Amino acid sequence: MIEEIITSGRMNPEIDPILHVWGWEIPFYLFLGGISAGILIFSAYFTLRGRQDELPVAVKWMPIAVPFLIGIGLIALLLDLSHVLYAWQLFTNIRWESPMSWGAWTLLVITPLSMAWVATWLEDIFPNWDWKFDEVKAMINWLKNQRRYLAQILILLSIILGMYTGILLSAFNARPFWNTSILGPLFLTSGLSASAALVSFFSKSEVEKRLFTRIDIILIGIELFMIVHLFMGHLAGTQVHIQAAQMFLGGAFTVPFWIFVVGLGLILPVILEILELKHKFVPAIVPVVLIVGGNLMLRFIVVNAGQASRWLY
Amino acid sequence: MRYAMAVDTLKCVGCSDCVVACQTENNVPIGHCRDWIVEKTTGTYPKLQLEIRSERCNHCANAPCVRTCPTEASHYAQGGIVLVEESECIGCKACITSCPYDARFIHPEGYVDKCTFCIHRVEKGQEPACVAVCPTHCMTFGDLDDPNSEISRAMATRKWKSLIPEAGTDPKVFYLI
Amino acid sequence: MSTSMNRRDFIKIAGVGAGSLAFATPLFDFSTGEILAPDTVPGMYAKRTPTYCEICFWKCAGWVHTNEEGKIWKVTGHEDDPHSNGRLCPRGTGGVGMYNDEDRLKTPLIRTEVNGVQTFREASWDEAFTYIADKLKIVAEEHGPECTALFSHGSGGHYLGDLLNAFGSNSITAPSYAQCRGPREVGFFATYGEGVGSPERVDIRDTRCLVLIGSHFGENMHNGPVQEISQATAKGASIITVDPRFSTVASKSKFWLPIKPATDMALLLAWMHVIINENLYDKEYVEKYTYGFDDLKAHVATHTPEWAYGLTTIKPETIRETAREMANASPRVIIHPGRHVTWYGDDTQRLRAVAMLNALLGSWGRRGGFYNPEKVSFKTYPHPHFPTPKRTWKDAHPGKFKLASLALASGICDATIPTSERDCSFKAWIVNGTNLIHTLPNQANTLKAIQALDLLVVIDTMPMEITGYADVILPECTYLERYDDIRVSAHREPTLALRMPAAEPKYNTKPAWWIAKNLAEKMGLGAFFPWKDIEEKLDWELKQVGSSLEEMQRIGVKKMKRSYDDLYPMENLEDFEFNTNTGKIELYSTAMADEGYDPLPKYKAHEEPPSGYYRLIYGRAPMHTFSRTANNPNLTDLMDENSVWVNPKIAKEWGLKNDQYLWLENQDGVVSKTPIKVRITERIRFDSVYMVHGFGHTNKKLTRAFGRGASDADLITRVHIDPEMGGTGMRGNFVTFRFEAGEEVSS
Repeated sequence: MIEEIITSGRMNPEIDPILHVWGWEIPFYLFLGGISAGILIFSAYFTLRGRQDELPVAVKWMPIAVPFLIGIGLIALLLDLSHVLYAWQLFTNIRWESPMSWGAWTLLVITPLSMAWVATWLEDIFPNWDWKFDEVKAMINWLKNQRRYLAQILILLSIILGMYTGILLSAFNARPFWNTSILGPLFLTSGLSASAALVSFFSKSEVEKRLFTRIDIILIGIELFMIVHLFMGHLAGTQVHIQAAQMFLGGAFTVPFWIFVVGLGLILPVILEILELKHKFVPAIVPVVLIVGGNLMLRFIVVNAGQASRWLY
Repeated sequence: MRYAMAVDTLKCVGCSDCVVACQTENNVPIGHCRDWIVEKTTGTYPKLQLEIRSERCNHCANAPCVRTCPTEASHYAQGGIVLVEESECIGCKACITSCPYDARFIHPEGYVDKCTFCIHRVEKGQEPACVAVCPTHCMTFGDLDDPNSEISRAMATRKWKSLIPEAGTDPKVFYLI
Repeated sequence: MSTSMNRRDFIKIAGVGAGSLAFATPLFDFSTGEILAPDTVPGMYAKRTPTYCEICFWKCAGWVHTNEEGKIWKVTGHEDDPHSNGRLCPRGTGGVGMYNDEDRLKTPLIRTEVNGVQTFREASWDEAFTYIADKLKIVAEEHGPECTALFSHGSGGHYLGDLLNAFGSNSITAPSYAQCRGPREVGFFATYGEGVGSPERVDIRDTRCLVLIGSHFGENMHNGPVQEISQATAKGASIITVDPRFSTVASKSKFWLPIKPATDMALLLAWMHVIINENLYDKEYVEKYTYGFDDLKAHVATHTPEWAYGLTTIKPETIRETAREMANASPRVIIHPGRHVTWYGDDTQRLRAVAMLNALLGSWGRRGGFYNPEKVSFKTYPHPHFPTPKRTWKDAHPGKFKLASLALASGICDATIPTSERDCSFKAWIVNGTNLIHTLPNQANTLKAIQALDLLVVIDTMPMEITGYADVILPECTYLERYDDIRVSAHREPTLALRMPAAEPKYNTKPAWWIAKNLAEKMGLGAFFPWKDIEEKLDWELKQVGSSLEEMQRIGVKKMKRSYDDLYPMENLEDFEFNTNTGKIELYSTAMADEGYDPLPKYKAHEEPPSGYYRLIYGRAPMHTFSRTANNPNLTDLMDENSVWVNPKIAKEWGLKNDQYLWLENQDGVVSKTPIKVRITERIRFDSVYMVHGFGHTNKKLTRAFGRGASDADLITRVHIDPEMGGTGMRGNFVTFRFEAGEEVSS
């Protein structure tokens, strides 16, 4: 028998007996960040492909939500900061090795750019709106002319944002469950998938709906593939990684993960979406709720499981 | 200069004096601690082994907390001591999740706190409070770059280990075994 | 008023005295102490004043550091003090918690009855003293002043002792005798004509082999020995630990003998057998100093290791090997007498065996064995002669405990319960700094005694359980806020240490000397306290030995020269006459024989746990001193509850899980008042369970200690009385596991 105990009564709040410094705020923020990234990537990509009129919801309408989503995400992030009056310190330093720093700067840049991006579509969305001031009109016109560059920058930044939501975690060597580079692509894919589902839900155009449903099916397929690889990677790793994986293979996270995230959040909606493509009747709200819900759940579970996984010594 | 600490597990009795001395020296609020005791028992009665360790921040030379800190609040100070500058800490807790030793915690005032190797004492030529108080003299603090320091000699003559070296953090707290 | 209260209900102090903050009277002339160099940490311009620690009886000298606001910051050890060598133990370091504890007793309280409910009311010191004086006067008139007893465990006890002596009683007791080290003192006295004393006169620093029987240094955080064990092992000394539990020190030992509990005597006899029969003993020493060697040789002839194996489960080869290990180190070997030795009721005899084994190996009076301690011969401030009491506590126990040299706490407790054959019982108790509810074995008995009292005065810093039964509670200030007697301790070098206040007393609390003096004045006994205040008294006393209060305030600890160079009086077989009947080390005890006790220790089989029961072994944790520290904020932060250690095999049998809470029930059907957490560990034998003493407090006013862990004292209902000196053997209790609570307890 091996018995290893802390005998001095160390019970640092939120550290012992298992780490839980990050509550709902961080996973919720990662979730919103992922969706925002997904929306912007689709919007910018299809703009570059010249399909803005064919896919109006994806390209023009959805980005409106992005500044709000990012705003809510930032509020969640600020709520998480325990020394929040010093938050401005984030922008007196650039720390390339710190994903937190990256994230702060990426958001600092992407937030105004996303607003600018929305501005370029405002005339399409509200054709009868009178902007009153010439300066505003001039500004919007100027932005419209920069749309191509804007789109290219946005795709790059959004990929960074989407990946960052996962890399933030995988940079933490100390938490074996997070310590896999697959989390970045997984969270990016998952963010894309949720935004694709949202597009196909909100879109009234059959073409757009079907395209995004198809995209979503492919994305979910990739996600499932990555999840399998996540565990294969852990199981092929060191003892601590194996133990981390075992939290999901019989351990405390088994049921919530495999039933809620994989079953209800990925496999069931993908089946429903396939049925939809085959013109079977599926209430439109169901797959989107399942996917977005599964998306949120994935982040909560990954954040909590990571905190619960630790090195042994 | 590379400050380091060696804890002699053969001497340590796990009395926790180091813990309470740290708390009073540094006004660590009740309910929190910067150092702690781990007892590891292996074997089956009556063939048993017990290893007792006084643990704390390892003041890693390759400190993940310093790397993940977005504001440079976590930084290397004199002699490689890893410190948190309260007025730069935003409380994002990235350093806490990045520490494989769970050595950091959130001070009730919001910033992240941890062992400082009692730098305020070290600067005056005193030993850290935990080292100075230990009734068994199980701890040694000093400069690894000085081959004549007590710690260099202990490391040269004794078998030692560090905690989770495979995490690649290059810890500076050593355990004499 | 309270004469109508026949039964003494337990009163929770909740609500009483809570709102009354300090009206701090400037009692003391606060000396400035030494000003240190300003600290580099902002806000820490430290000043330090000397003290000696009161968290345990070791009384290490130290410094109290206060910050620039005059607030107590930390306590550190005094470099010149042989008790601490500049390093306090965790309890001493955490001593500030005692001062900061907001649950402290804050103002005098008097028991009263409101609408049929007994409660405490706040009182002024004068009222409280008047109440006590009146009551004691009645006791003296009706029963004689001898029917008053003092139970004390702490530095202030001396002043209260003077008060009691002045009043006409000498029944002054500390539970540390009959409940702890008494058998050791008697056993060693019978052998060497001297006791072991405190601090123990063991020269661990220079020993080559240390044998510990049940002593768990490291968990038992006696500062001096823990430091010296570390020093000695670093120099290559070996340790032999005899313990059914794999204690911390067992893990540092060359030999760990996982003995079957209650068979230690067999091991000691077998060791003596081996040492004598293999001619390993110190022949010159034995020849020169001892009496009765041939009797001993004949006595242990049949006690072979093989014989002991059947009893102790320790292999004969191990017994031989360890005996040789000791002999190789001889005379620099210590078979440690231990401290809490009241185990099975034959403890004086067991400690005799320990003393004899040391004698065979020639360690008494030798370097690395037992040194000869010396203390400053200290004159106390003169006072009138105390009246001679007509009776003492021993008169209540005719023909018993003939070798007890100090009053027995349990003996006084027993003599308080009226019986038909005794014409006089104790009627009034003054209890200072000892929580008798947890300290004395057999709680039911203690409570019965308390119900028979006319007056119970409790002087304490904390609302310990005993305060709930008091008629008057007097709040003492903590050691950091008061002067006490000069610590005059016997050590390798004689030393003096001063305790002085580092801050004014918090709340309406007072030091014991002030309480004793003022109460004496109220009782018309002021003449016995002829000094103006304690500073005057201490200064006078210090000047008799060539120091002064001013000097001690500055230096804290003063080392004096030994009067003779006799630290190791038998090092080179110098002539020496021992204070025994024969003038020799008595292997065969003539004193024991005279009183009708066994002159040579015999093995006695002790009861074994019935099936499904496990022997209850209790011990210490390094961060706590009995129940005294159980509410200290700094120390509860380190350990806030105890657990019951269970061997994995037993846990499996019972289906126990780590950290599950359960109750313990003893052989008499007594169930622990509070549940206790299970710790499944290989470190305990399958026939025993282990728990740390001092937890399971039932007084809600102890906010941090209340209901945390369980009390072993609750479960010690069977006590084996040592016939020689009245020690209360407490290791003969057996417990089993219970998954639901016992009956509701009234307190």
